Amino acid sequence: MPKLIKNGQLVDDDARILVLDETQAPEELTLAAGPVFVPFAVWQAHKGQLSGRAGLGVWLDSHEDVAELVPDLDSISAVALNFPKFTDGRAYSSAALLRTRYGFTGEIRAIGDVMRDQFFFMQRCGFDTLQPKAGKYSDAQLEEALASLKDFSTPYQAAVDQPEPLFRRAARAA
Amino acid sequence: MYRYDTYDQKIVDERVAQFREQTRRYLAGELTDDEFRPLRLQNGLYIQRHAPMLRVAVPYGLLASRQVRQLAHIARTYDKGYAHITTRQNVQFNWPALEAVPEILAGLASVEMHAIQTSGACIRNITSDPFAGVAGDEHIDPRPWCEVLRQWSTFHPEFAFLPRKFKIAVNGAAEDRAVIQCHDIGLELKRDAAGEIGFRVLVGGGMGRTPIIGEEISDFVPWQHIITYCEAILRVYNRYGRRDNLYKARIKILVKSLGIAEFKRQVEEEWVFGKNGPNTLTEAEVARVAGHFTTPAYASLPADDAGYVSQRAANPAFAAWTRRNVLAHKVPGYAVVVLSLKNPARAPGDVTAEQLDLVADWADAHSFGEVRATHEQNLVLADVRQSELFAVWEKARAAGLATPTFGLLTDLICCPGGDFCALANAKSIPIANAIQARFDDLDYLYDIGDIELNISGCMNSCGHHHVGHIGILGVDKNGEEWYQVSLGGSQGNHTSIGKVIGRSFAAAEMPGVIAKIIDVYLAQRQAGERFIETVRRTGLEPFKLGVYGDAAVKERKQNA
Ligand code: HEM
Ligand code: SF4
Repeated sequence: MPKLIKNGQLVDDDARILVLDETQAPEELTLAAGPVFVPFAVWQAHKGQLSGRAGLGVWLDSHEDVAELVPDLDSISAVALNFPKFTDGRAYSSAALLRTRYGFTGEIRAIGDVMRDQFFFMQRCGFDTLQPKAGKYSDAQLEEALASLKDFSTPYQAAVDQPEPLFRRAARAA
Repeated sequence: MYRYDTYDQKIVDERVAQFREQTRRYLAGELTDDEFRPLRLQNGLYIQRHAPMLRVAVPYGLLASRQVRQLAHIARTYDKGYAHITTRQNVQFNWPALEAVPEILAGLASVEMHAIQTSGACIRNITSDPFAGVAGDEHIDPRPWCEVLRQWSTFHPEFAFLPRKFKIAVNGAAEDRAVIQCHDIGLELKRDAAGEIGFRVLVGGGMGRTPIIGEEISDFVPWQHIITYCEAILRVYNRYGRRDNLYKARIKILVKSLGIAEFKRQVEEEWVFGKNGPNTLTEAEVARVAGHFTTPAYASLPADDAGYVSQRAANPAFAAWTRRNVLAHKVPGYAVVVLSLKNPARAPGDVTAEQLDLVADWADAHSFGEVRATHEQNLVLADVRQSELFAVWEKARAAGLATPTFGLLTDLICCPGGDFCALANAKSIPIANAIQARFDDLDYLYDIGDIELNISGCMNSCGHHHVGHIGILGVDKNGEEWYQVSLGGSQGNHTSIGKVIGRSFAAAEMPGVIAKIIDVYLAQRQAGERFIETVRRTGLEPFKLGVYGDAAVKERKQNA
């Protein structure tokens, strides 16, 4: 079973990320059993049925606005935010907004072009679950990659993980 | 100047370790070129024509003598014996080996320096007035605010992968010496009616292929809120800036497409959530940082040192240097010295390891151990006693750092261009040197007076050609190097974008073209009028006529 990082630990995870191809309309979809993240469009089309289904999450692409999920957040236990390219940094803002402005306490998972070099930033912005790009790391390499979560021990700014900036957290000598 | 505490030091040390590990993985094949690129860029590491190029951050242009010595050491040990001062007050090395970069970064960290965010689509080095703290026209010292913003922007987790690079500049004097109108965010320190400090905020300025002058988004953001306000701007930009087209990805394009009023509305709607939150600055933090920028222990001296007055009278060469390269200081008896990096024998902005070591010694002996880098690619000793100017001049002259041309035609800004840069359309350094060779008569240069000539090797505008009184841009015509000339650009309080005068020129024509432009100016100028003022008054027509001749101008008009 593939591994990912959840709250700083390596865990097994077999949730599928459902990606529609162009021929599939969200309305006409039947979902196989098992844990799955559905695209936002599928969620919208099948909210009624999907609400409360075990192991169900919704994933948003980087251009999709998390504000649209807000009315449904109570019935969603996990949100995945896609990094189509790791240089596309929109999901950092999306995650931060989910956690701070919209008060979402469920899982926020980073998916797509996810590498260890972003782990530190992702965790700071409120991602608790990091699913590296498929095939990027062996289990052993992922174990090693946990170190990247601790690249910097005392960051300057306030962020989701540390809501106060350094100048409020520490008494700094003049 | 700012000294690191254990927190600051730890962050740069941890960065060195992180980059060492990233470089190891790259060399071991665990990171692809594409994966490594954004990582190395965030550490100022480009792969250029000949070798990697490493850009070292010089926050708001301030250097301590031991940092200058470290730069000299790097130039000597890992490069070909020289460094380059950039138009963003940073330092570049053109020849380091990739494998050596972690070691170089460790050396930098040992003197409280780094290369963090000197490149890449993130918040870059914050630039400012090179005369901060010593200029007579300063209302508020920008340096503490630059440092506060530097810390906020360093490894900001939400803004490490923006649509494009993001540059912030801060100015606190009557005259803008930080080009704030051409930055993604330009901050002007000011006081409100109650005397409280705050910022006028400009947004969406920039050069590159679409030069745009920043627009005012707020006329006063109180100092407590400057971080939350910047965060709101950055968040709107991160979410809505274009990512489909590299050339349209800067914030200026977003601001233009939404219009400043709508952009401001979005920013202030976002700001509601951050304002008064934990990122609100505290008096204690500002006082802590400002405590690093205290007034040095100035002696109380007469306004005019008698020895200095007589040395000037006795030595015309010294007098000439003081007229251009020595500027007034707000403290009586002191002066600001510009050490020129525009020696015609070198590329503009280049400085050798030996020169750097000497400059560090002079800083210790004559200027409280500090040096500044300017965006016009010179170095500055900001606190020299008038009585010591002669000694400084003699040393600088012996070291080739006393070219007495500050602010004159040959004190030009010039990007590395085709000699180094993989993006270049054309070389820029040889054009600069050819112009310097053509205009080597000091009396003539003094007669021409204040003028700014800026050269970029391509539309990216690293050499600020858009805001040069005379701008030169390298263009590619069927694989050949040509140069387009613009006039009327300007930085400072009256920032304007230059206009192209007509067809472009071959390299060999360029000194002659500049000579013709200068001839027109000298013929047209009214008493006391500087070059840019004449261009503004007459428009481009007389210059086109002077450069292309009567027939060519008529013909163009008919074809138009
Ligand atoms: C040699 C390697 C370099 C490369 C590959 C490079 C690349 C670029 C690119 C692509 C841009 C356009 C960015 C945009 O509009 O989005 C740019 C702009 C700029 N670069 Fe460079 N550059 C280099 C060196 C330098 C140097 C040495 C300096 C300083 C002397 C410099 C200063 C600037 C400045 C001031 C801008 C304009 C900023 C603006 O558009 O607002 N660059 N550079
Ligand atoms: S202006 Fe063009 S040629 Fe000059 S350094 Fe920038 S990218 Fe290179």
